[in-house]
Amino acid sequence: MAEPPAHRAVGASLGRIRAMMLRHLYLMTSSWPRVLELIYWPTVQITLWGFIALYLAGRGGGLAGLAAAFLSAVLLWDTFFRSQLGVSLSFMEEMWARNLGHLFVSPLRPFELVLSMFAMSLLRTLIGVGGAATLAIPIHGFNVVAELGPPLALFFVNNLLFGWSLGLVVSALVLRLGLGAESLAWALVFLVQPVSAVYYPVAVLPEPLPWVAAVLPPAQVFEGMRGLLTKGVFDTARLARALLLNLGWMAVAGTVFVLLLRSARRLGLLLQVGE
Amino acid sequence: MRSAPCPEPAIAVSGLAKRFGRGWAVRELSFTVRRGGRVALLGANGAGKTTTIAMILGLLEPSRGSIRVLGAEMPGQRYRALARVNFSSPYVDLPARLTVRQNLAVYARLYGVRDPGARLRELAAELRLEPFLDRPTGRLSAGQKTRVMLAKALVNRPELLILDEPTASLDPDNADRLRSYLDRYAADSGATLFLASHNMAEVERLCDEVLLLKGGRLAARGRPAELVARFGRRDLEEVFLEIAREGTDGDG
Repeated sequence: MAEPPAHRAVGASLGRIRAMMLRHLYLMTSSWPRVLELIYWPTVQITLWGFIALYLAGRGGGLAGLAAAFLSAVLLWDTFFRSQLGVSLSFMEEMWARNLGHLFVSPLRPFELVLSMFAMSLLRTLIGVGGAATLAIPIHGFNVVAELGPPLALFFVNNLLFGWSLGLVVSALVLRLGLGAESLAWALVFLVQPVSAVYYPVAVLPEPLPWVAAVLPPAQVFEGMRGLLTKGVFDTARLARALLLNLGWMAVAGTVFVLLLRSARRLGLLLQVGE
Repeated sequence: MRSAPCPEPAIAVSGLAKRFGRGWAVRELSFTVRRGGRVALLGANGAGKTTTIAMILGLLEPSRGSIRVLGAEMPGQRYRALARVNFSSPYVDLPARLTVRQNLAVYARLYGVRDPGARLRELAAELRLEPFLDRPTGRLSAGQKTRVMLAKALVNRPELLILDEPTASLDPDNADRLRSYLDRYAADSGATLFLASHNMAEVERLCDEVLLLKGGRLAARGRPAELVARFGRRDLEEVFLEIAREGTDGDG
């Protein structure tokens, strides 16, 4: 019996997403430094912050719980950072390779390109953050899974989603502004960091920054994480708010991406991008 | 007796115009390319060839006018046509770190080719890619890269093949082989060829119709021999030069 057209269309779509993932996997495995780089920075971060936290804990004064909060924060921040970078780097690889013109005259739909970038971002994040989290066990005797338990999955997913949204915006901006703006991939994320309350509570922030933090999913994640570690309470409402905020940010990012892609099509940027 | 329905043209362009800032890159361009036709788009640098091709492919949105490719309105309905079209251009590249085999495998899958491995072997044999199939694309010579780009453009056996300067970086021997291959491909598959070239001998050999652009407008069109006769010249190159230099002081 012939396959229904809708099934065929979904199958074709998945095939194209797999093709784009294959393209990035080929690239990733073509060079060992690229794979090592994925876990290098997260590992450096966790090692450095681990020693700082151990030093602070060793000075006494009730700082022992701080070590777990610091190390969890490092790993969850890196989840956000890596997921953002995973999306924007996948897109910029196409620009560096001057391959966008080929992709946009192929049957690949923009949403399929975006989904393949998300999938690659998840893979990069799991390798990078997963590697660092695993190394933290023998180096610092710190097991993030044991410390945070099942809520870790929700913290991870929320930061991953916000990283994807920001990555999509960065990709769209680089497409529109050209590769001269590629440093946005590294810079924009650090604009978010101070108001995300990664290493300190939102209460520390002066007015009106708490209002900004209120609409940032990572701020909800880090507050939730600290609440869980210090009071043993998992704030479900806060995580639900983070998820809703993420849906909103994803809608904004998707709209920005579509609008700037349309503008690139109007301005002829899809043929002219490249080194 | 009912006659078979006439298929939509491969390309139908009507009143096409594209403006960048204050200047018009393409103005009031109208033409059709029949299915199975072989049409060359000629013009001096800046005449609007690449802009026209980009609009036909849906990479660039026209300021005015309409384009239909294989019956689909561009760029609005582009996904109805794109799986049956392909192109190669010096303005785009393939990922340099991926091997030739990997690049072709990715594009075969993007175009939904049923047996990518078999198609890849076929293309490798036909375009003599075997010696460097496992070499990174960025390490190929210009001539080898041109053949790989053509292989990518043929990976889905397109009904409409759009080529921008297909033999620009090839030596005469390789350029001749490639033209023979394109000739055979178009004859065997019935595909439509639409190419932009500065090589008049290539155009005379491969194409049965020429569209000559100047300043973004259609300056002349016809069969190569017709144009040569109409302008009272010896060959297409002389026709090209006459049109390109008309109204200029010759240093442009």
